[in-house]
Parts: sequence; structure tokens; C-alpha cells
Amino acid sequence: MPLVLALEAAYAAAKADPAFQAELAGYLATYVGRPSPLYFAARLSEHVGAKIYLKREELNHTGAHKINNCMGQILLARRMGKVRIIAETGAGQHGVATATACALFGLPCVVYMGAVDVERQAPNVQRMNLLGAEVRPVTSGSATLKDAMNEALRDWVSNVADTYYLIGSTAGPHPYPLMVRDFQRVIGVEAREQILEIEQRLPDALVACVGGGSNALGLFHPFLADEGVRLFGVEAAGEGMDGRHAAALAGGRPGVLHGALSYLLQDADGQILEAHSISAGLDYPGIGPEHAWLAEIGRARYLTATDEEALEAFQLCARLEGIIPALESAHALARLPEVAAEVGRDGIVILNLSGRGDKDLATVAERLGKRG
Amino acid sequence: MSRIAERFAALKAEDRAAFIPYIVAGDPDAKTAARILAGLPAAGADLIELGLPFSDPMADGPAIQRGAARALAEGMTTAKVLELVAGFRAADRVTPIILMGYFNPILSLGLDAFAKAAGEAGVDGLIMVDVPPEEGGLLAAALEHHDIALIRLATPTTDEARLATVASGTQGFVYFVAVTGVTGAKEANADAIAADVARVRAASALPVAVGFGIRTAARAAEVARIADAAVVGSALVETIAQEIAIKRDPAPKVLDTAAAMAQAVRSARVN
Repeated sequence: MPLVLALEAAYAAAKADPAFQAELAGYLATYVGRPSPLYFAARLSEHVGAKIYLKREELNHTGAHKINNCMGQILLARRMGKVRIIAETGAGQHGVATATACALFGLPCVVYMGAVDVERQAPNVQRMNLLGAEVRPVTSGSATLKDAMNEALRDWVSNVADTYYLIGSTAGPHPYPLMVRDFQRVIGVEAREQILEIEQRLPDALVACVGGGSNALGLFHPFLADEGVRLFGVEAAGEGMDGRHAAALAGGRPGVLHGALSYLLQDADGQILEAHSISAGLDYPGIGPEHAWLAEIGRARYLTATDEEALEAFQLCARLEGIIPALESAHALARLPEVAAEVGRDGIVILNLSGRGDKDLATVAERLGKRG
Repeated sequence: MSRIAERFAALKAEDRAAFIPYIVAGDPDAKTAARILAGLPAAGADLIELGLPFSDPMADGPAIQRGAARALAEGMTTAKVLELVAGFRAADRVTPIILMGYFNPILSLGLDAFAKAAGEAGVDGLIMVDVPPEEGGLLAAALEHHDIALIRLATPTTDEARLATVASGTQGFVYFVAVTGVTGAKEANADAIAADVARVRAASALPVAVGFGIRTAARAAEVARIADAAVVGSALVETIAQEIAIKRDPAPKVLDTAAAMAQAVRSARVN
């Protein structure tokens, strides 16, 4: 606890410090490549029957939204005088982003990654190694994201004095869910300005995939007070809601894991169940607590997409727009027809294209090959 | 007086520290665990810590993680843990049983339902690794209603201000985590423990138990000279793993190991 209390205090001080915010803004502009474009996807719009704008987070340095949060937290870690960085990763995008930020500042970096994910996300493991990070495969439990997080927490409590734990999603103990959301808010802040400039009005709906939920919350948060803007999160339904999945809101119930109370996949005895999704980045049995709150008060709605549907959307986006999306983002793309049906042909939808799909080519090729 | 208070009062009269063995409830299976549990008082256990198996034990090192996984694979549940305690309690009315685990299985059962069932089974105390005092109000209230002590953890990183919080919320004894880290991973340093135990004593009048990082009888004896209790967990759980790996009933070896630790604790303050 002293650890997270110290982090909370340090973050509050940094957040209020204009010098910290200016430093972060500088790195986001010149290193990450922000603002990311808001792109009108004409052919996709035609296909689904609404005006679809893609928030191009996949164009960020390292290919996903994850770097936004990493830049914020690494600057915080430096302010706190920490000299060693640890992280957990699922798909490897957060691990790559953390390794990148560590290389930028010359900090040693250890990334915990489930052994199963090390296997299915090999290109990202190679990237992390190239960036000078040490990837430690985690074999306990289901050997995926939650186990990587367990192991990172174990490392953190064992090396409290010098180590900063850089969590990649809106999960984990307070202040992480709030802090990660704040660092991802730049997505929504930019999107709001961009759409007002292009369309002179607010969008009718926002759509984003949800694992832990950082890209979705980053997009949603600046629009929460805009009542006319409908918010749609898309959870991973894996093999289907009757089979193995990763949809904590749709298929879980409230519980406590990694220091947060939220919806969790768990058995009748409160043991945490293994999540399953074709996309490693959504393979977390919980969901950020703020999403649970948005769902309970009815401000946001949460849908699901199966592995198969995500695969279809993945290919569709590639063919219609020349953009290969991450399998995570493909879950959001998969629900566009339903969202479009609600807002109508003239309705404006912003979809967070949270990452690019290069890392998923092996997974997709294998699945499509099997299907013949 | 509670069983915990009675036991520590008796030990104080004897001028010796308590030996507290830890095993995972249901490791390697419910029946074997019941036999080990039943044998622990005769092996010299003054109090017993019983781990509630959890799928994601993030404060535990590999030995106890595997112990929990073995128990869960054999179908252990919170209700069955309480059956195990009730079975023990039918034969032993005096040895305090402390459950140690993680919050979600208890939350899942319902805090009051758990506290009621645990009280009826004969549980004396509860250590919740992942419930800090800030979040523990409802749990503390439920346990108090059923006379179960909520035992709080202090660590080397717990500063004076926080020690006051821990001390004001704890019952039965204070559990001092001797290493910054997970169970079974590091060897605790006796000099550092002595200084930290003194800090805890300044904050609380309750007995101080020391756990995490006590792997040998010699280290248990050192701790017994400093603190009111020495907790040994991973070393016993590893013994279970080693014995079942060679297809032997783990109970005799675990109880022998516990007895050696207990003897070291008992003789620590002589001379």
C-alpha cells in the first residue's frame, strides 16, 4: 500500500505541474507523432451504412495507442527517481511501447508476458528484445495476461525501492485505472476537436474494443458529458458466449482482482477463469472499473464480437480501406453494422483504430488456413 | 478470551515464541491435508495458518502457487476448506486456526455468509493479503460479528504513520512480513527483522508474528528470539511437492519437518 499511495501522490503532483504536462505534450508531438489523424473511411462507410471516421491510433510510433500511456508513466517514473521499469503485456503492444520508452530514456526494462502469448506474438517479442528489454515468459496459471500481471506485481513488491511498475491498461490498483485513462484521454480530446472541425458537430456514436479498456476509455472520457454521443464498447466473445470468451461485463460478475473491484470472469467459488480471445490484447478476465460503472449507469453500452467476427472484420478493413487493423480493433469494427443501424446513414461514428495488425498476421494466416 | 489470546498468554507464561506452520488447505488433496492438519499440534504447532487456495495468488512465490493449484485441481472450494477446519476443530478445541488468502473467493461467497460459516467451523482469524485497511471496513464488520480476528499485515516498507493504521485495525496479532517480496522467495535477515519488530511493538501491544522468508529451523529459532511467533510456509509446502513427486504420502515428512521447526522455536530462548 505505501507504494501505491506514494504513486498516487506523485501522480497528483505531476498532473498539476504545467512543466510535466508540457514535457509530455512535447514527446507526444515529436516522438509519438500526435495528433493522430481522424480519417473518413469512405468505402467502409458505404459498406456499413453510416459515416465512419477512424481515429488512427495505429499510426502512432510503435503501432498502437499504448505508447500514449507509456510516455506519461515513464516521465512520472523519472520524476519519482525510479531506475528500473517493469511491465506486463498481452499482445505485446504495451510491452513494445514500454520497451521503447525505456530505450528512449536509457532505463532497464523487464516485461512479463504469458508463455502462450510469447508464442503467438513472436514479432513483438523480437521487437522488445531489439529495444533492449528482457522478456520473461510466465508459465503459471493460464500463461496469459492476468498471469503476467501477477508476476509483475510479485516483482514489484520484491523490488519496491527502485522499480516502477508501468501498467498498460485501466486495470490494477488505484491510481492506475484513473492515471492510464488520463494518459489515454488525448485520443478523445483530439477526436472531439477534429470531428467538430470536419463536421461542425459532435458524433452520434463512439466505438472501441475493450479488454482492460484503456483505448475505449481514452476515446470515451472527453465525451462523457455529451449526452447525445452514444458510447459502445466491444468485448471479446472468443468462441462465443456459450464457450470460452473474454467478455467480463457480458459474462462475468463483480469481483476483486489485482486490487480493483470490477466485473470478472470467475467460477461459482470466486476463482478467476481463464479468458479466451483470438486477440491476446483482449485476453484479460476483468475490465477496467470505470467501464463497469459506465455500464451500470447506462452511459455506455457493451457489445461483444466473436473470434470469427473479428477475423471477418479484420479482412474487410484491409480490403476496403487498405488498413490492416489489430485483431483487438477488429472486434470494434465487427460491430459497426449494428452501431450504423442505430445512427442511420447520416449518423457520424468514430471508431478507435487502436492498433495495427502486423503482429497478428501469423495468427490470422493460421486461422484462415485451418478454415480452408 | 479468544483462542488466539489464550494461546499467546500461555506462551508468554512459558516465555517462548509460537511456532505457526502454514499449509494450503486441500494440498495435495482434501484427505491428505486433513491428516496433516490433524497431526500439526502434536508436531508442535501452537497456531496453524491454513491457506485458502486462489487461482491468482499474487503475494505468493512458486511453492505456494503450486500448492494452491494442486488443491484447486482436486476440487477445493471455500466451503470445503471450512469443512476441513470443522473436522479439525471437532478433535482440537484449543489450537487457533488462521485462514490466509485472497479476497475474491470470500467476496463471492458473501462476506457475512463467509464469516458466519467460518465462525461455526471454528476459524479464529483471517489474513486477507489483498485487502488493505482502507478497503477493509465491510470485511472487518462481518468478521467482528462472528468473533473472528482480522489480522493485518505490516511489511518493511510500512512506515510509522501507516503502522499506526495497521495497529489500530488489527486483532489477535500483527503479522509482520519479513521480506519485501513474495512468500518463500528470499531469506529473511534477522538483524533487519529485530529492528522492524521493535517498530511494530512500539505501535501495537499485540503479539507480533513474523513470516515470509523463514525457511530453516535455524532461522525460525532466530526469529523466535525476536518475535512472538515464527510462521513457516513455503518450506512445508515444498516438502509436500517433493514427497508427492516421488509418489510418497507427504504427511509423515511434512510433520517431521514441522516438528524440527517447532523444536527449534521451543528451544530458542533457553540459555
